[in-house]
Amino acid sequence: MELIFEKSIPGRRASSIPSCDVPEVPIDSIIDKSLLRDDVDLPEVAEVDLVRHYTQLSRRNFGVDVGFYPLGSCTMKYNPKINEDISRLSGFTSLHPYAPAGFSQGSLQLMYELRKYLSEIFGMADFALQPAAGAHGELTGVMVIKKYFEKRGEQRSKILIPDAAHGTNPASGALCGYQVITVRSNSEGGVDIKHLKELMTDDVAGLMLTNPNTLGLFEKNIEKVARIIHRRGGLLYCDGANANAFMGKTRPGELGFDVIQLNLHKTFSTPHGCGGPGSGPLGVAKKLVKFLPVPVVVKKGKRFEWLYDCPDTIGRVRSFYGNFNVMVKAYAYIRSLGPEGLLRASEMAVLNANYIKERLKPFYDLPYERPCMHECVFTGRKQVRESGVHTSDIAKRLLDYGYHPPTIYFPLIAPEAIMIEPNETESLETLDAFCEAMIAIAGEARDNPELVKSAPLTTVVKRLDEVKAAREPDVCWKPR
Amino acid sequence: MDYVPHTEDDVKKMMEAIGIRSVDELFTDVPEKYRLRDLLKLPPSLSEQDLSLMMRDLASRNSAPRIILTGAGAYYHYIPAVVGHIISRSEFYTAYTPYQAEISQGILQAIYEYQTMIARLTGMQVANASMYDGASAMAEAAVLSAKTLNRNRIVMVKSIHPEYRQVVRTYCWSNGYECIEIDFGTSGQVDMESLQSALDDNTAAVLVQSPNFFGIIENIAAFESIVHEKGTLLVSGFTEATSLGILRSAGEMGADFVVGEGQSFGNPLNFGGPYLGIFASTNKFLRKIPGRLAGATVDREGKRGFVLTLQTREQHIRREKATSNICSNEALCALAAAVYLASLGKNLKKLAELNLQKAHYLRNRLLELKGWEALFSGPFYNEFALRVPGAKEVNRRLESKGIIGGRELEKDYPELKNGLLFCATEMLTKEDMDRVISLVRDI
Repeated sequence: MELIFEKSIPGRRASSIPSCDVPEVPIDSIIDKSLLRDDVDLPEVAEVDLVRHYTQLSRRNFGVDVGFYPLGSCTMKYNPKINEDISRLSGFTSLHPYAPAGFSQGSLQLMYELRKYLSEIFGMADFALQPAAGAHGELTGVMVIKKYFEKRGEQRSKILIPDAAHGTNPASGALCGYQVITVRSNSEGGVDIKHLKELMTDDVAGLMLTNPNTLGLFEKNIEKVARIIHRRGGLLYCDGANANAFMGKTRPGELGFDVIQLNLHKTFSTPHGCGGPGSGPLGVAKKLVKFLPVPVVVKKGKRFEWLYDCPDTIGRVRSFYGNFNVMVKAYAYIRSLGPEGLLRASEMAVLNANYIKERLKPFYDLPYERPCMHECVFTGRKQVRESGVHTSDIAKRLLDYGYHPPTIYFPLIAPEAIMIEPNETESLETLDAFCEAMIAIAGEARDNPELVKSAPLTTVVKRLDEVKAAREPDVCWKPR
Repeated sequence: MDYVPHTEDDVKKMMEAIGIRSVDELFTDVPEKYRLRDLLKLPPSLSEQDLSLMMRDLASRNSAPRIILTGAGAYYHYIPAVVGHIISRSEFYTAYTPYQAEISQGILQAIYEYQTMIARLTGMQVANASMYDGASAMAEAAVLSAKTLNRNRIVMVKSIHPEYRQVVRTYCWSNGYECIEIDFGTSGQVDMESLQSALDDNTAAVLVQSPNFFGIIENIAAFESIVHEKGTLLVSGFTEATSLGILRSAGEMGADFVVGEGQSFGNPLNFGGPYLGIFASTNKFLRKIPGRLAGATVDREGKRGFVLTLQTREQHIRREKATSNICSNEALCALAAAVYLASLGKNLKKLAELNLQKAHYLRNRLLELKGWEALFSGPFYNEFALRVPGAKEVNRRLESKGIIGGRELEKDYPELKNGLLFCATEMLTKEDMDRVISLVRDI
């Protein structure tokens, strides 16, 4: 497909600018010419061409509304339409962040109540809404941990992270100056308690644990883990990326976690927008509340206000207050589902994952045979062994069957991993159809491996040359 | 209302297939004593209709004025109708990060086009797929400079947006870098002497903003060599992206990184977010910059296609050795910006000129008022700072008429007592501005 630049014809316009209704001053008389640009080099297209260009692009894109999207660890559940409509109400979209508090009572109330709801759901003392995404929340969480020890006058230089963790965990730890130490997993897919005990010293700030972990397994020994960390004065961090598994079932605050970041775009169904905007609220235990980013919404009588004066805060991690419009959708989602709905969402998410696990078990290698939570991890090892078909081939073949593939090659501790997260919003028929496609592909891998290796056959482009993309980087178009 | 399709019969069938008698059996790994017995204490669920009414009521407790005289990092601009329509296509907004390139060519191409537009506007060779916002983009540029040069000192000018400076300070603290702030001169521009004396061999980056927080345009070419002489990198920021339509780009004037806030390009005010972090650099940093990059390549049949590329920079491959931990970005806001820029085309310059004319008219009218005077003498774009007798009273008066007044500078600059920072965009008519004058004339 042509680029928008290749469709550009000098003189075309898709916009009109109002005429100037104030007396005009010659611009080069007020700004030196050396500071002015000559021209803007942007495409020139008519409105209809612009709309067709982007509509055609949208048709080359796969979203949850197009089909089943069992991308593990990403919680691609259905995004309710009403929440989109609500988030576009002009009362929410047209408000300037520096509007006086008298103008923004609705938004302030929403943020205040969202914090309360999240605190209740996760059993934390309070939440900060400023982080713009999950990884940003993680970074903020590790900063809070660093500040906590700084205030106590303790020098701790290490942070523990299991080998199953998302890459953002070690990256967040390192950005706060911590040396990242990897904790091994045990044969059941949980934390190796013996290894954890060896590693946990007075020099360790804490453990960043994803629970349920990236194998979709709940940490059975969570009490022991918490005790080991807390006994040496460390803090326990929960990566809440997988929070869709336990809403209304259990609460991280009670399990012993001191810090948790959430991904509102996952658990609370604010859509992911091709990679963002997300929102990564940070929840903390009582002793850490004073370190959260500023400003904070407070309630005085019936009125909501901003509080900036928090002497122990880590400061700011973003301008203004976070991705407010994403919070609107999460708030609406919580109000729509209520306590029964959130519980049912988690229960059905877990039921769906276990159903897929049972159905595909005879056809794919299952490294950990235990009840899973909201996602299950298979591997392609059987197919590699039998016919040289790899996980990536299976994923590409799924495209031909009309599905978005699961997450692949993650977690790293399960080689050739296929991580399936079906979500609660998918019906039994959808799960069955997907399982049948997976079973058919297992058959193809055995009987006709070349077919699977040459997939996808039906997409607008075939397999792309990623090596060329990296060796001869072309990230900005230049006319030939 | 929930969105779960399971009937009782479905649940029964599925439990049978798994071999359990109750869903609770799937949660046996959660230690018994930590399993909740009661429902969460949350408001009861709502029907779609009730939810809609309740949220409308909440939104109506805000009042969003038509006359807004504050910019200060968030700008009220007209958004062409096409922008909302395109980003409402659910093939875009309900998709994840385009890891499966063959079924994500739409967003990958759109981001590639976005990167190209941003590189052209900033005068850079490389732009990434987006950061969270302007402030975190600036902080990441500072961190990257320090890591690249193995130096641990950052110098920034006080005329950078106060919240951006706060974010930079937080990121520097967490990385263990020293952060120095230097004064601006009487023109409102970078003070050359302060800059010169703040630099040393351990300075990784100098951070400036243009137009700066006071709306003043910096002459980057005038101090670029002072910075580079020390081997230091120059990071130029902006908060008002439409200024790129009229001002010579910071890239052309010698910046190594151009970072800023892209909200003005087709993204609503949204009470501060989601916004769009813009990050652009010279080619030298292509393999080091944070965030995602869409790149062009070919498929097996030689057809042009797009992928996420140079991912070995990123956290999911490099883990603790990655330069940044960013994963999710602001892709849909970048798409909005691309559609906005394609819609405006060459009109971006015309729009910027209109902003400039409106702001100069407003300032000239305000300066006719008794006792009102300019705080700085430097050239400005669509924001300007004035010393105003009874600044707080002026804002109170405007607020009582449903108008958002100027940003009170004293909040962030105690030395600028009675300072107000005003902004005028294309959204203000002459009539609006004349009304403002008549409202504050007698204070």
